[in-house]
Amino acid sequence: MRSAEPNTVALFVTCLIENMKPAIAFDTIALLEDAGYTVVVPANQVCCGQPNLNGGDRDNAIATAQRVVDEFLRFDYVVIPSGSCGGMLKHHYPELLADNSDYRDKSTRLAERVFELSQFLTEVADYTPSVVNCEAVTYHDACAGLRELDIKSAPRQLLNQAGVAISELQETESCCGFGGTFCVKYPDISAAMTERKVQDVLSTGANTLVMGDLGCMLNIEGKLHRDGHGVRVLHYAELLATGISTRTKVDN
Amino acid sequence: MDVTSQNFIPLTEAALDDDNLQEALKQLSGRLAAGRTAGVAELPEFDQLRVDARDIKNHVLQHLDLYLDAFARQVERQGGTVHWASDEDEARQIVLDLCQSVNAKRVTKSKSMVTEEINLVPFLESHGLETVETDLGEYIIQLRGEKPSHIVAPAVHLSKEQVSETFFEHHRKLGYNEKITDRGALVAEARQVLRAKFLAADVGISGANFLVAETGTIVLVTNEGNAELTTALPNTHIVVTGIEKIVPTLEDVSTFVRILARSALGADISAYTSFITGPKRAGDPDGPENFHVVLLDNGRSEMLGGDFQDMLRCIRCSACLNHCPVYLSVGGHAYGSVYPGPMGAVLTPQLATLDASKHLANASSLCGRCEAVCPVMIPLPQLLRQWRNKESEQKLNPMGMRWGLKLWAWLGRHHTVYSLLAVAANQVLKRWPRQANGFIHKLPALAGAWTQHRNLRQPEQGTFSQQYRKAGGRRV
Repeated sequence: MRSAEPNTVALFVTCLIENMKPAIAFDTIALLEDAGYTVVVPANQVCCGQPNLNGGDRDNAIATAQRVVDEFLRFDYVVIPSGSCGGMLKHHYPELLADNSDYRDKSTRLAERVFELSQFLTEVADYTPSVVNCEAVTYHDACAGLRELDIKSAPRQLLNQAGVAISELQETESCCGFGGTFCVKYPDISAAMTERKVQDVLSTGANTLVMGDLGCMLNIEGKLHRDGHGVRVLHYAELLATGISTRTKVDN
Repeated sequence: MDVTSQNFIPLTEAALDDDNLQEALKQLSGRLAAGRTAGVAELPEFDQLRVDARDIKNHVLQHLDLYLDAFARQVERQGGTVHWASDEDEARQIVLDLCQSVNAKRVTKSKSMVTEEINLVPFLESHGLETVETDLGEYIIQLRGEKPSHIVAPAVHLSKEQVSETFFEHHRKLGYNEKITDRGALVAEARQVLRAKFLAADVGISGANFLVAETGTIVLVTNEGNAELTTALPNTHIVVTGIEKIVPTLEDVSTFVRILARSALGADISAYTSFITGPKRAGDPDGPENFHVVLLDNGRSEMLGGDFQDMLRCIRCSACLNHCPVYLSVGGHAYGSVYPGPMGAVLTPQLATLDASKHLANASSLCGRCEAVCPVMIPLPQLLRQWRNKESEQKLNPMGMRWGLKLWAWLGRHHTVYSLLAVAANQVLKRWPRQANGFIHKLPALAGAWTQHRNLRQPEQGTFSQQYRKAGGRRV
C-alpha cells in the first residue's frame, strides 16, 4: 500500500484476463515479483469502461472511470497487462473527467501512476528478464497501446533481453480487426482485416506470435485456429514468465 | 448531399467479394501508404510541420469570418467576384446562372471534391451544358457513370483492363477503333480526346486546395496539368470550394504544400502547384476574362465552436483513407458518400444527416492509424466516438446495444452480481458442446458473429478471482 510499502504495485486485471486467460495475470504477478515488487489485487475492479466509451455511452464511461479512480488512486503504482485498458486509464480518463472538478486532478494523478506492464518493467523497475527458451517469434503491435501509450520499444527490449529473436511482421502497426464490438458488428470486414494479419504472421515463418493485448490475441488466435494454422499465440508476459525459475502461482 | 450509407452492409459484402477491387486496394495500400512512410522519413521536421499546420488552421477557424471577409475583398480588388452559397442547391444554381450568363455550351472541370459533394456535373448536364471532367481518374468514372471511390485517386477501384474497356466503348465514336491496354497509350488517348475539350470550353470549373486571405489567391495542387488548362483557357473561370479552405498568408501555404503531397503519396510536392489571383489583367498573355469564386457553407459553419470543429482542418490529402484498414478492405463506394474512409465517416453525417449516414461512425475498429498519419492532427477516432454518442442520444443505434452497454456498466457497479455471472459464464463456456481441442467453433446470437469467421479459445477453469482466492491470494 501507499508509502508504508513503497514497492507495492496494484494489479488491474482487465475483464478479458479475469474471464478468459487468468494465466496472464499470474504471469504478470510473477514478473513484477521477480522485479522486486509486492503485488496486490484491489478487490473492487471490473471493467475500465472502454466498451461504453467506444459504444457511444460516454456517461457510463465517466461513471466507471470515477469508480476506478476511487479504487486505484490509493496506490503508488498501478500496472495493467494490456495497452488497451492501460490507454483507457492513462489517456482517456483525464479527458473523460476533465470537466469534473472532483475528479479532474485525481484522474491526472492516477494517470501518472498507471503503467502498462512492459513500460513499467523497463521504465520504472529497470527489470531485466531471465533468458527464456523459445524459437523465433513475431510480434504484433496492438493498436491502442501503440498509439495511445507509445508501446513499441518496451516489449521488444524485454523480449530481446530474454534472448527471444523477433522476426518482424511487414505490417506490424496495422489493426488485426478486433476493435472490441467492431468484430461482431462488422464480422466480414473484421475477418478480412484479420486474414491480412494472419497472412503476414505466416509469411514470417515464426511459430509463435506474441503481443500485449488479450482482445487481439483471442481474435488472431481464433482465426489461426479456424484456418488450421498451428501458430501459438502468447502474451509477452506468458513467454517472459517461463524464464523465471522460481515461478509459482501466487505465493502467500 | 446524397448518401447511400444505409446500404453499407450489402455494399461491403459485395466489395469483399470483388477480386478486381481487392487487387486495386492492395496496390493502393502498397503504393500510397508505403510512399508516405518513405516520404515522411526524408523530412525530419515533418512532425513540427503538422503542429504548425494544425495551429494555422485552428487560428483561421477561430477568426473565420474575418479571414473570409479579407479574402473576398482581395478577390474583388483583383477584379473577381465572390458568391456565397449556404447550401448545395444555392451553389449549383449560382454556377448554372454564371454559365448561362456567358451563354456557355461547353464546360471543362478539374478535380474538386466540393463539386462532387454538391453533385454539380449531373445538374449542369441536365440543363444542357456539356460538362467534361478533365482529371484522368474523374474522366474515367464520368464515362462509366460512377462516383469517385477515393478523394485523391477517384478511379483507384478500377483495373487497367476496365479502363481499356471503358475507353474502347466511349472513344470508338470519336474514331479510336483500336482497343489499347498499355497504360501510357491509354493516358495519351485520354489526353488527345480531352485536348479538344479544353480548347472548345466556354467555362472552366475548378476547386481550390487553399484560399489565401492576404492576396485573394486560390491555390490548386494537381499532378496532371489539367487544372491549368481548365482554368486558363476558357473565358470564364469558376472556383467552387468550401469556406474552410482559407489560410491567412502565402507563407502559410508553404507549410501546407510541404505536407499535402507527402501525406498523400510521399512526394515532396505535387507536379503542379498553381497560384491564381483574379482574372486576366491588362498585358497578361492569357487567362479568363471572368473570375468567380463560389464559397460553399453546406453545414460547415455549424461545425464551428462545436464537437466537430477539428474536422474543418481537413486538407483532403487522403492519408487517413490510405491507412484505414476498413477502407482498404471495402474501398470507397461501400461508404455510400463521396467522402469515404475516416474523414468521410466524420464529415458525412454533418453534411447529410446522422440517420442517413448510419454505419459510418460505427464501422471502425478505432485503431487510430488515421489520426497518427493526419497532417493536421485531426482526432478522428475521438470524432467518431462523438458521433456514436449522438447516435445513442438520438436512439439511432440498436436498442440492444444501448441496453447492453447500460447493463455492462451496471454490472461494473455491482461486483457481486458480476462475479456470479462471470463464474456462470466460465462454466457454460467450459462445458460448451460445440468445441474441439479447447476451441469453440460455434456460438449463438451476437457471439455467433465471432464464430462465423474464427474460433474462440475456451476460458481457463475458473476466473482469475476464483483461482487467486484458491491460491491464497488476498484482495485489498
